[in-house]
Amino acid sequence: MTAAAFAPMPIPPRAGVGLKPEHYAAILDTAPDIGWFEIHAENYMGAGGPPHRYLTAIRDRYPLSLHGVGLSIGAARPLDKDHLRRLRALNERYQPGLFSEHLAWSSHDTVFMSDLLPVPYNEETLARVADHVDEVQETMGRRMLLENPSTYVAFEASTMSEIEFLKGVVRRTGCGLLLDVNNIHVSATNQRYDAVDYLDAFPIEHVGEIHLAGYAPETDDNGDPLLIDAHDRPIDPLVLRLYERAIARAGAVPTLVEWDNDVPDWPTLFAEAERVEHVLRPARRRSEERSLAVAV
Amino acid sequence: MPSLSEVQAAFSAAIFDPAAAPPRGVVGPDRRPAPRRFGVYRNNVVSALGNAIAGSFPAVRRIVGEDFFRAMARAYVLAEPPISPVLLDYGTTFPDFIAGFAPAASLPYLHDVARIERLWRESYHAEEAPALAPDALASVPEDELPRIAFSLHPSLRLARSRYAALTVWRMNATDEPVTPVDISAAEDALIVRPGAEVEVRKVPPGGAAFVTALAAGETLLAAAETAQAADARFDLAGNIAGLLAAGALRDIRRA
Repeated sequence: MTAAAFAPMPIPPRAGVGLKPEHYAAILDTAPDIGWFEIHAENYMGAGGPPHRYLTAIRDRYPLSLHGVGLSIGAARPLDKDHLRRLRALNERYQPGLFSEHLAWSSHDTVFMSDLLPVPYNEETLARVADHVDEVQETMGRRMLLENPSTYVAFEASTMSEIEFLKGVVRRTGCGLLLDVNNIHVSATNQRYDAVDYLDAFPIEHVGEIHLAGYAPETDDNGDPLLIDAHDRPIDPLVLRLYERAIARAGAVPTLVEWDNDVPDWPTLFAEAERVEHVLRPARRRSEERSLAVAV
Repeated sequence: MPSLSEVQAAFSAAIFDPAAAPPRGVVGPDRRPAPRRFGVYRNNVVSALGNAIAGSFPAVRRIVGEDFFRAMARAYVLAEPPISPVLLDYGTTFPDFIAGFAPAASLPYLHDVARIERLWRESYHAEEAPALAPDALASVPEDELPRIAFSLHPSLRLARSRYAALTVWRMNATDEPVTPVDISAAEDALIVRPGAEVEVRKVPPGGAAFVTALAAGETLLAAAETAQAADARFDLAGNIAGLLAAGALRDIRRA
């Protein structure tokens, strides 16, 4: 079965949600008014079958964003060429409006660990990550967005801040950034810095997409708060407030609700996207007014 | 300072060794060692990979119960972590692992149920292809029939068992109540997805040998003889009709 080529469909500055198999039928049956969907690339790397059938039908109706979770851009080892080819094939087949991956690693030697592991922020890692981002962008033939991580530990080997590191990757590769606002709150709490300071210092002009999700509260070795990036519940009000601040800085940016574990029913997830639209709608209106003012 | 490669080697080794201390240089915000923080990653990795296995083997999970399954999956994850980031392929060796997993030895059919689930998943994600129409043989002249061969549908899988693994799988693939099963009756299962749905059927006597011979490229006549030799009850017309109805055949190849 050869798939018909899709016309490119840019991701609008609206709320989208992560696409889950549990919701395929509800989406196709009820045609909800939602801006876009995002997929985890690795879930669509089978040769055929129902996932591709559903995704094709949904891509027919909605813009789609491609989000990789297994490329291991932060690994010391070379990128997996077979995996890059699989990503390129998905990119060509579904013509997603955006493509993103993580500032993290998940493979070492021949083992894939299926988690987004942290890297030390220093010149060696920066050079390695920049080379990998270059290779991804060349192979895919498009610009990628790199996502800021959630972290639970720090490295003695780090010599720069996360923001300095991200700015360095952008400067060397021309890539864009995916700003995960939940990750800011989680990492800031876990690393004991101020989330607002981090957000205000973030190079917002390079942000092409925002992620929001829920986190799970735990405690660390000293009994102090340790937040886990669990994607298993609604967006925390504190994170939503931080998001409002991000949108005030950036204007309306495509924003995704990630809910990957304990996946709720479709109406619950849709309602979560509505919380985000509540912030985005006035921001879209403001930018429309601005462009009208410029036109006049 | 250790190189990035050294940092990651130490990090991944400690992930897969529950007794290991966190790697040197991995600290909390107070710059002190933080085993509990490092444990978040260890737990994430083992539970993410365990979830991938749990999602692929729901009947095995129902048969042994959640706690036993989690322990077995954890042992598997630590012994045979994935090599590919495509987790759809992870668990190919889980049926063999179960066969050698001593605590499961009292359920000798369990690994065959796992094999049905694994092959079901392969069929689910297999390449798309049209199946041969049920009346396709009508166009073949009768004197040519013995010499034709078939290419099989790319989603076709065969799961053979010395036990009633298919009956056990079917009963545990849903939440329906279970009833006693005579597990001593050998069952072979044909798994195929000609369209959107994976279908699983019981293979008639000699049918597994027949499908295996066809898959090896044998002609209809040779495959029928192979099947007849494997089981005297083999019924050629019934088997061909069954394969066509299942959508298990892709093309006719003429010698």
